[in-house]
Order: sequence, then C-alpha cells, then structure tokens
Amino acid sequence: MVVEHLSKRFGNRVAFDDVSFEVGSGEVFGFLGPNGAGKTTTVRTLGTLLAPTSGSATVAGIELCPENGPAIRSRISIMPESPGLYLRLTAAENLECFARLHQLPDRRGRIERALAAVGLLERANDLCGSLSKGLRQRVALARALLNDPQVLFLDEPTSGLDPAATRDVHELVTRLRDRGVTIFLTTHRLEEAERLCDRVAILNTTIRLVGRPADLRIELFSRGLDVRLRAELQDPASVFAQAPGIEHWEAVSPGSYHVTVADPDATAPDLVRALVRAGADICSIAESSHSLEDVYLQLVDDDGEEQPR
Amino acid sequence: MSFSWTRAGAILQKELRDYRRNRFVVVFAMSVLPLVFVIVPTVQLFSINVTTTSSKLNDRIGISLLYMLILPALIPSVLAAYSVVGEREQGTLEPVLTTPMHSEEFLVGKALAAFVPAVLVAYVIFGVFLGAAAIFAHPVVASAVFQRDHLLIQLLFTPLVAGWSIWVGIGVSTRVNDVRAAQQISSFASLPPLVIVALMSFNVIRPSIALALGLAAVLLVIDAVAWRVVAAMFDRERLVTAGR
Repeated sequence: MVVEHLSKRFGNRVAFDDVSFEVGSGEVFGFLGPNGAGKTTTVRTLGTLLAPTSGSATVAGIELCPENGPAIRSRISIMPESPGLYLRLTAAENLECFARLHQLPDRRGRIERALAAVGLLERANDLCGSLSKGLRQRVALARALLNDPQVLFLDEPTSGLDPAATRDVHELVTRLRDRGVTIFLTTHRLEEAERLCDRVAILNTTIRLVGRPADLRIELFSRGLDVRLRAELQDPASVFAQAPGIEHWEAVSPGSYHVTVADPDATAPDLVRALVRAGADICSIAESSHSLEDVYLQLVDDDGEEQPR
Repeated sequence: MSFSWTRAGAILQKELRDYRRNRFVVVFAMSVLPLVFVIVPTVQLFSINVTTTSSKLNDRIGISLLYMLILPALIPSVLAAYSVVGEREQGTLEPVLTTPMHSEEFLVGKALAAFVPAVLVAYVIFGVFLGAAAIFAHPVVASAVFQRDHLLIQLLFTPLVAGWSIWVGIGVSTRVNDVRAAQQISSFASLPPLVIVALMSFNVIRPSIALALGLAAVLLVIDAVAWRVVAAMFDRERLVTAGR
C-alpha cells in the first residue's frame, strides 16, 4: 500500500492532510492518534468508502479511484470499531451474507474456517444478539477474514474487550501476519501497537512520525542512564564530569540522577568507576526507557501547545 | 458494471431472515395490518343493500377494493423506509458498503425484500376477500365483485403500487437521518398512485382494459425510472459520514 500526499476535507474542515506512507506486504502497520485525528477517515478513504480530496494511493496494488472501488474492496477487508452485525441473524448467517456479497466459492468451508480461526465454530448457530460484546467483535473479525484479504484494516479491534479476548485478538493478528496478510491497525492502545506493529504512524490531522517503535523512541528522546544510589552525592557535578560522554545530568530525587549520554553502553563503565571513586553506594544503573506512549504523548502534547487557543 | 444477482440475493435472503425473527414485522406488518384491511372491506360488502342502483353498488365495491390496495402501498413503504437509515442506525451499513457490492445490487435486494412479502400478503388478503364474497355475500354483490375490470385493476396495480412505495421509501431512507421520519414521510409519499386507482374504482375515470393497461404501463415506467433515481441518490460518502 502506497499513500502519497492524501488529503480529505469536508467543506472547510480538514479530516487529514498531506498524508504519505507506505506499508509493505505482510507488515503490521499501526496507525495512532488522538480522537478526531483522522484515523477512521483515512481507513474509510483507503477502503474506498470516501473519495479523497487530493493526493493518490495504491491499495492492494490497485490505484485508488472510484472506478476501482469494487476491485479494491474485493481484495481488502475492513473491520470497523463497531462490529455492525445483524443481531437477529446467527453468526453463520451473518458470515454467509458477506460470503455471498463477496461471491466467494466454497462458502460453507470458508465460513467454518473463519469461525474456527476466532474460536467460535461451536457458536456458529447462536443469534448474534445473544453474544457478548467480545464475541460479537470476534464474529466481526471472522467476517473480515472470509475473503482472505490482502490488506486487513482493523479499526480499534480490541476496543471494549476483556484481557483474555484482547489476547486472543492479538494472537490472531500475529497468526495473520505470519500468513503474509498486510494489517493496518488503528488503535488507541499504545502497548498493543508496540507489541504487534512492525512500524507505526502517529497522525494528528497530518502524519507526525512514521517508523519502528524503537526508532521513534530514539528519534524523539535523547538517550540516558538512570542512576540510583544509597545516598546523595556530595558534589555530583565533579563526579559526573569525570565520566566522558555525559552531556547533561539532573537530580531526580535524593540519591537518584538522570544523565543524558550519546552512547549508554560506552559511558556506563566510566560512570560506574567515577561513582565508585567518589565512594558512592550504587543500587542500580540502567538505560532510561521510553515507551511508545511517551513518544505519542510527547507529540500530541507538542501539537496541543502549537495550536492557537 | 455487471449486476450480480448473487449479491442482490444475499441482501434479499438476509432481509427475509431478519423479518422472520422480527416481531414487529411478523405481528404488525404481516398479520394485524392485513387483518384490519380484510375485515373492514369484507364487512362493507355484507352491508351493501342489494336493491341499490348499479352505480352505487359499484361505488361501494370500489371503496372495498381501494382498501385492498392500501395494503401494498403501506406495508412496503414501512419496510423500505427502514432499509437504509435503519441499517445506518444499527451500524450495519458500513460493513456492507466495504464489500465489492454495487449500490444497484444493494437497492434491488432491499426492494425485493419489501416487494415479495408485501405483494404476497396483498394477494392472499385479496384472495380471502374474494372467497368471503363468493361464499357469504349476496350473489348480486358477489358477481359485481368478480367483474373482470375490478380483478384486473387489483391484480395489475398491487405490484405497481408496491413498487412505487418501495422506491419512494428507499429514496427517503437514503436522505434522512432518522427511521421515524423516514417512515412518516414515505407513508404519505406512497399514497399518490392510489388516487388514480380510486378514480377508477369510483368510475370517475371509466375503467377499461386499455386504460388500466395504459396507466399500469405508466406506473411501470415510473417505477423503473425511480430505481435509477434512487440509485443516483445513494451516496456512499454521505451515508457513512452524514449525521455523525
């Protein structure tokens, strides 16, 4: 999937603007952003439900344009945030309807395989209205798998699910990735993106960052070491000055320091020696870790500060 | 664009399954409403004074038959009005629109789902009415009911009136954001074709085979054009985003 300078406006309101990224075959691509950032509108646009205002895209190898809508939709699946099941139909009947809409061969076999993939084969004949929210979400996921999509769009797939159901969805996403399905995952759960996604994009109307979660952390945050001692240093400035590579240091709390370094692996041994020479009792020295959540919040907070009030 | 009956059939099958498990459709639209519309005209038949003039007899029978045609106008308008806006409210429209299905296939599936049960119920109710007339009504009244012109109007106009109601109902359903508003508007909008039928039933327009066939042809053309108009009104983008 290749997206180049794609924009969507509703009148004067900008849903998303100048969005560009590429998603490789078999990649799990996370799409993060605050509410109203344009994530769902992007999915709907790439899924041919909405026409872009400008820009171009190729989805499942097909150019995004109105004439190619049915061809693109036959190669992709979109699982919206709300399952959107027919509640007076059974799980199997829901899937049968969609199998016929896709004009799939071997409908019965596909339905059974899709339900088995989400662990719902035994509930095939239950009315969807009688299923819990988590089970409905799984039926929706089975529906999205029916046509063996080349690209699978998952819009908040674990929203409202309990931890066990969330784990099941995560395992399923992993299995699909192993089968070579390209997955475009929209989520608010940053730990989910960090765990499942090969790369993520952070969107806030425009794309703010695209990359591997680990690379984004490095790109956005300086690297550092967290030092914890049994007692405060008498003269921390002179101690830290003895270790080459330390760019900056700050006291976080009594006995705890954060030092900014270019290369933690190179600096850590020198720092340990300097601390020992100063007679400090070292409890721990570890590289500072920043989660994807830190990256996300940093970007979103920056955007909030930049916006005029 | 190649029209797929498999996809239209998928929508039809889904709708029929849904109706079967929907108490409102089964109890009200398919049972109570038809009963009301067979009891009133049948009672009217029995209350006709057989010594009245032929013209008055025809008028009374015309009123009874007009009742019969309200049914194929009303039932499908209620079902069709729900068809698009109802799915939007339930959140089931978006998944359907993400399949390769064309708008025309969706609309034909929805239209058939309203047409088939409505026309079936209307014909069954008309059959019950004719049976009651044949068995219980005075022979003079019965023979007036079984006039060729009356039967022709009823048989010909039942599906055509239903067709009009369906396309108006679906058209309204694609443009409004609320099921109740859709049902109210489409119920009113489904009635105009009944005016022509009423004029024929009351002999204001003298019914003849040629006239009935002519008017039926006009209504058929209107139904066919209405399908294209509704298909043009079916704006996926608006349906996905409007009112949200």
